[in-house]
Amino acid sequence: MLEIKGLRASVGAKEILTGIDLTVPDGEIHAVMGPNGAGKSTLSYILSGRDGYEVTGGAVSFDGADLLVMAPEARAAAGIFLAFQYPIELPGVGNANFIRTAVNAVRRARGETEMDTVTFLKEARNAVKALAMPDDMLKRNVNVGFSGGEKKRNEILQMTLLKPKLALLDETDSGLDIDALRIVAGGVNAARGPKFSALVITHYQRLLDYITPDRVHVLAAGRIVRSGGPELAVELEQHGYGGLEAA
Amino acid sequence: MVAVTETLQTINQLAGTGYKFGFETDIEMDVAPKGLNEKIIRLISEKKREPDWLLEWRLKSYRAWLSMEEPAWARIVHPKIEYQELHYYAAPKGPAPKSLADVDPELLNMYDKLGIPLNERAALAGVAIDAVFDSVSVATTFRESLAKVGVIFCSMSEAVREHPELVRRFLGSVVPAGDNYYAALNSAVFSDGSFVFVPRGVRCPMELSTYFRINARNTGQFERTLIIAEEGASVSYLEGCTAPMRDENQLHAAVVELVALDEASIKYSTVQNWYPGDAQGNGGIYNFVTKRGACRGRKSKISWTQVETGSAITWKYPSCILQGEGAVGEFYSVAVTNHFQQADTGTKMIHLAPNTTSTILSKGISAGRSSNTYRGLVRIMPRAANARNFTQCDSLLIGNHCGAHTVPYIESRNQSSKIEHEATTSKISDDQLFYCRSRGLSEEDSVGLIVNGFCRDVLKELPMEFAVEAQKLLAVSLEGSVG
Repeated sequence: MLEIKGLRASVGAKEILTGIDLTVPDGEIHAVMGPNGAGKSTLSYILSGRDGYEVTGGAVSFDGADLLVMAPEARAAAGIFLAFQYPIELPGVGNANFIRTAVNAVRRARGETEMDTVTFLKEARNAVKALAMPDDMLKRNVNVGFSGGEKKRNEILQMTLLKPKLALLDETDSGLDIDALRIVAGGVNAARGPKFSALVITHYQRLLDYITPDRVHVLAAGRIVRSGGPELAVELEQHGYGGLEAA
Repeated sequence: MVAVTETLQTINQLAGTGYKFGFETDIEMDVAPKGLNEKIIRLISEKKREPDWLLEWRLKSYRAWLSMEEPAWARIVHPKIEYQELHYYAAPKGPAPKSLADVDPELLNMYDKLGIPLNERAALAGVAIDAVFDSVSVATTFRESLAKVGVIFCSMSEAVREHPELVRRFLGSVVPAGDNYYAALNSAVFSDGSFVFVPRGVRCPMELSTYFRINARNTGQFERTLIIAEEGASVSYLEGCTAPMRDENQLHAAVVELVALDEASIKYSTVQNWYPGDAQGNGGIYNFVTKRGACRGRKSKISWTQVETGSAITWKYPSCILQGEGAVGEFYSVAVTNHFQQADTGTKMIHLAPNTTSTILSKGISAGRSSNTYRGLVRIMPRAANARNFTQCDSLLIGNHCGAHTVPYIESRNQSSKIEHEATTSKISDDQLFYCRSRGLSEEDSVGLIVNGFCRDVLKELPMEFAVEAQKLLAVSLEGSVG
């Protein structure tokens, strides 16, 4: 379970998050929506441990542990996964090797045995097929020469194989056509279960047509200004974010 | 990636020492007095029971060296080397070993520590090894099976005695005695090295390999390697180098000559891991090496692959002289510098004949306060119609205090030639590191992964069994370079 209490954070002199309270219980999918500049990506970066943000107040715990003191790799080992809004290219690094290295790093950190190549490749090929990705996806270098849609699908591929407890999806829908959107959503829905939770960060309601959230939160000016059920997303789509910031 | 796991294990084993080959072997040595003069050269020649012509050649080289000066054009700085303070000959005491059974057990022990199996049964399948300890070749494995197909693989000293006509014909024919300051020095005092002869039409059935080890204090190592591939022959050769950790600098000035006749092919790979000095820049090997291959025959091919991670200073330009029509020269290089290491390395591709082609792929990685220079010459001579060269030089910087330099020299005297040069400089970005770490990789592993990706095109040129070794070496060399 993820618990965020009164989280405040700045970049340089600018305060981006102004006091966020949010709880995501196990097994639930929550959507965080909001206008540009509301702090959505900042929230996902702080939760995954990226440098460059100063937490000025509040606390975040994950399964009872203080998340904010953990290194990014320790958070990954604890079960947190960030699907990047702009996935990073790693020239010369084969995709299968990369994901397998990550899977085994996480398994090692959890005291589990490493996965052998044959088992891994079998799982990976199945996942590639389920995400309707081309066969050579595992052989290509990580995100190098991938189309925007392929990059996003590659994030979901990694998520599928790393089997996180909490996935942070940072605008995974942006730049996807409707078919790709359906496939990516399928990947997330397939992961759904009592031990999987997700924070789906998005600008638009359309991803939520395919991933039905348990809760929807509206982030504006660095804090949650409204929370509700899935119907809130529909309302926002009709009326926009205008006026919310003042709420 | 298996290699990354192994890298992690290697790093853990190192527990802060950084250099795992830094031990010293206690063995009784026969050492010549310090200093260099004609008497010492006569002594070396006499110790090795050399013929007169070779002694004369050494003395001629020595006289040439006396009239020369250290080259000053490389981007390296070091205190003056006191040539008279060095020993020019050091060898394990006693008569030369006849077989592995005669080799001092202490010595075999040392090679075991280095992970070099000299025992033939334990040897990597298909790799024959010559080991050079300080100045003397101590053991050559797999000789008999090689001899069956006519391949000669032995120490240079032995070749001088057993195959004088071959040595006399080819020694100094690619790198003349007075070629440059360090080559002249080597020609005067070289003590041992490897000799390979692959006769006409023979594909050498196994990888040949030499391990060089400097052990004695204040000793220069000057090995000399000569590889000849006759018409249609092919051979793949790998050298590895290590040295103990010492506070003072040690000189290593080797010469390697390769000769490829018609349609012959020689692949020469180096994994250089001489002691690089400590994190403060104390100690380390000064590595001044001349390596050159002559593609004498039609459609001959010489390919250099090097992974340079060690040495305080690396000064090295493995080159190809493309004399035969349609000859092919290749240079694949990874050079890593960390802390206070300095590398000035690259290649020379001299196109003399028509339709010759050359490929240069250089990957330089600098970290710490190190300096890493690629220096390469592509020269197309008037007769080299339709010559082609492709050069790619990529530099990767880690941190804000290191330097990467690219110094290409391109000379074309034939209008039909085609020369391409591409160069990039990049840094390991915070984004890349964070991406890897967010997937569960430690910072060290992330750097290792990114660097290995950067070097992939070169590493895949190495013989399989050494590629993994090289990947480990890269990660270990860059230990402590981030954070």
